[in-house]
Amino acid sequence: MDALSWDGTLTSRDFLVSARAFAEKWKEFNSAFPPWTWVPCPPKQPPCHLPQLQQQQQQGYLSLEKTCLPGSSKKGHVASQEDVDEISLTEGEEELEPVDNATLVETNNSPQVCYYDFHIVYSDSYRVPVLYFHCYYIDGHPLGLDEIEKDLPACSAKVLLESKWTFITQEEHPYLNRPWYKLHPCGTSEWMKLLFLGDDSLAKNGVAVEQYLVSWLSVVGQVVGIRIPFEMLNNPKSCN
Amino acid sequence: MDMEAQRYVWDGAIPLQIHLHESDVATLPAPPPALVNLYILAPRIGYLPLLASHLKSHFSSALPPRLDTIWFEYKGLPLKWYIPTGVLFDLLCAEPERPWNLTVHFTGYPGNILIPCEGEDSVKWSFINSLKEAAYIINGNCKNVMNMSQPDQVELWRSVLNGNLEPYRRVSTKLKLGTVGDEYAAKLNLSGETDFSGQVKAGRVPVRLYVWSVSEDFEDLEDAPQIDSWDKVSYINRPVEIQGGEGGRCFTLHDAVKSLLPEYFLDKSLTNEESLTVGDEHEQRVSSEDASSDRKAEEEVENSSEHITSCYQHDDAEIKLVRIQGIQPKLEIPFSWVANNLMNPEHFLHICVYLKVPQANTMS
Repeated sequence: MDALSWDGTLTSRDFLVSARAFAEKWKEFNSAFPPWTWVPCPPKQPPCHLPQLQQQQQQGYLSLEKTCLPGSSKKGHVASQEDVDEISLTEGEEELEPVDNATLVETNNSPQVCYYDFHIVYSDSYRVPVLYFHCYYIDGHPLGLDEIEKDLPACSAKVLLESKWTFITQEEHPYLNRPWYKLHPCGTSEWMKLLFLGDDSLAKNGVAVEQYLVSWLSVVGQVVGIRIPFEMLNNPKSCN
Repeated sequence: MDMEAQRYVWDGAIPLQIHLHESDVATLPAPPPALVNLYILAPRIGYLPLLASHLKSHFSSALPPRLDTIWFEYKGLPLKWYIPTGVLFDLLCAEPERPWNLTVHFTGYPGNILIPCEGEDSVKWSFINSLKEAAYIINGNCKNVMNMSQPDQVELWRSVLNGNLEPYRRVSTKLKLGTVGDEYAAKLNLSGETDFSGQVKAGRVPVRLYVWSVSEDFEDLEDAPQIDSWDKVSYINRPVEIQGGEGGRCFTLHDAVKSLLPEYFLDKSLTNEESLTVGDEHEQRVSSEDASSDRKAEEEVENSSEHITSCYQHDDAEIKLVRIQGIQPKLEIPFSWVANNLMNPEHFLHICVYLKVPQANTMS
């Protein structure tokens, strides 16, 4: 694709291509991390329609589950269920260290672990990838947005405050039918275009579909604190 | 555009009988039925939480002092508040029930199933984000919605809240979301007769499709099984592509539904050209851009036609019912008419489809 006439979007087919390339690169340069996996979502259908499955395998999403973000440990705080509820109502939790003598169980002051699941889902409306995430304590109890906010990099927390309804909101996961957090995608094609235009090699060689998700996550990942190794960005494979 | 149909859509309302759930009744002895039941007309284009203040004041004498988020339930199924009320009714009542018997809760919000709702603000922003999405689908950007002035935004939302079509039209025309198949419509008006071979403008139509597939057959809608879990409804949020071209066959509602559900409809008579229409969005690129993906696409079309010929003798899914804004339009009518006249104020066309699928099978 010619970078100048490109509008910053992807087709669902290109998304699949890019997702595969991305997952492979991630494995290569980020082996300490769990891998991203492609979760195919063929609509359930009668076996007689099997040949169509091939086409339908384009439907699906990239998934990275049960990861801990660098900033995501609630240090020094051991929470029981009641505490968690209480904290969500309390400001300035870090200093406060709520103590509930009735229910608190001391466990060596280890940080309260919470896990993040990230899904990259293609949006047919915006024709770009969209990041969905879900975050929960080890017992499966989900974190509220106010708790997640504390895990987010400072700049994200600021934007979240300013743009409550148009930055990160809970929406239905397109495939799981459950509420997940979603990063709004309406500006994605614009900044993806700028990102690719700003890159000389890409401008010369055309837009490499394989590189799309790497570049995309290098921006979007910053919002939630996912880091992309520099080598991944620096190593574009030529396309076509 | 035919204003009359839009007027009908905006005036549409569902008679509801809302029952306060017994766990939310805090008074003893139990209050008389009149205090825990309310009859109310709910606008089709509205959203259930917008009834909150009305319900709260009606049920106030029975309610406990501390209230949580309001939510609604139909026969045990928590209702998704961000789906317009009319669409919920069309989807969940195969045989329309009047009044529609809903239960309201003021405590115990099922946060694992429903996204949180902070009252009118949540509903408003869900509406505006949908409008943005629709604008992006239609124009390739959502600048007009993003740049809407504050007074316009307020007026637009207020018009939806109150069901006032005139102010809505005044503001929404500024968004330049246009209509689908303009040229086709113009031709219709000029000649004054139905000419389906007119030129159709290509475009993307924002559609939200709700598919409920059943494997058991039923003769009567009354006998249709109840939807007791959202997992039984497939939700497809994918624009419909109307292909341009002159003298072509009219793109019908049937074509649109089939294009959204390609896995269920392996058309027996697909030609190459038509299978592109039915396929996904990549074809737009194919025509203009690099030759290699062009070749790739052609190969895939050929491959998929092979699949079609080898597979089509199996039973296809059968569309039992297509319902939009409470009506069951003929599947042969031009899709552009449906899109322009039956869309909701956020510019999405909500289509409910009951699908009879062969063999034991449920979609999730």
